[in-house]
Amino acid sequence: MDIEVLEGVFDANEKIARENEELFRSRGVLAVNLMASPGAGKTSLVIRTLELLRGKLRIGVIEGDIASSVDAEKVKSQGVPVVQINTGGVCHLDAAMIRQALDHLDLAALDLVIIENVGNLVCPAEFKLGEGLRAMILSVPEGHDKPLKYPLMFSDSQVLVVNKTDLLGMGDFDMDELRSTVLRMNPRVAIFEVSCRTGEGLQDWADWLEERARENLKGVDEGST
Amino acid sequence: MHELGVTESIAGIVLRHARMNGAKRVLKVNIKLGELTGIVDHYVAFYWDMVTKDTVAEGAELNFIKVPTMARCARCEEDFHIQEYDLTCPRCGEIASDIVSGREFLVESIEIE
Repeated sequence: MDIEVLEGVFDANEKIARENEELFRSRGVLAVNLMASPGAGKTSLVIRTLELLRGKLRIGVIEGDIASSVDAEKVKSQGVPVVQINTGGVCHLDAAMIRQALDHLDLAALDLVIIENVGNLVCPAEFKLGEGLRAMILSVPEGHDKPLKYPLMFSDSQVLVVNKTDLLGMGDFDMDELRSTVLRMNPRVAIFEVSCRTGEGLQDWADWLEERARENLKGVDEGST
Repeated sequence: MHELGVTESIAGIVLRHARMNGAKRVLKVNIKLGELTGIVDHYVAFYWDMVTKDTVAEGAELNFIKVPTMARCARCEEDFHIQEYDLTCPRCGEIASDIVSGREFLVESIEIE
């Protein structure tokens, strides 16, 4: 006997993700899912972004790691609310983990929540968290060929931050090649070239992110009137 | 990389529907799998035996129906299979296509007795 099922394998996660999304939206919070491989500069970008947006937006951070609270401690020193999630070996954050973390964040007092996903260029792309913005980092030492090897994340992100531009010229990273590859996969993606070490290019990224958060707030105001 | 968790999710769905339909045994599971998902079917199959041991789904055949990554050109509405993740329309050259399939990952049906 054949039984029709038609149930998505990620349905349980996506249901919770939609609830998270609604929670963020109702509080006027833009949630950013920040993804990248280990060592690409996720924590550095979070800290630099906090510095540049201090006094402009109220920001909270959710730190996802397989283990340890090393990153959360670094971010906490910036004086913003931080929640650490340890996935205990799981290679990505999922919507239920975010739901639990939200019990420890006062969303009413925030405009932007940056969720630093587990360092991994593959799995995080498959699990929606309820974010309003998918962001990813590729760092120069990883090479410009990564989009073709890890296509899902590059296809699904609305913004790509290329970090460690201070190392350009030391290897064979080809920025033009990267841009044309990514734009063929994802024509609407915004691309920023930055160096978290020197600070180069970061202001443009921070301004862009601030603009997205303000648009999000405006959407909420209009929605409530 | 997370094929074990994914296999557990599939088993959960299959066993729930098997129970709802009073199955004595699950013979076959038809799974739609989009090219863009990055899920490796033979790893899922590898975990399947382990995850379903001593359940009504033990020994069930996994049938993966692969769904190609297709895009539709925003300008000329041509549907095309994406090669190398290039969204450039092969007919008109526009790079503004929307991916219309390839993200599927669902248990489509099960065969039980």
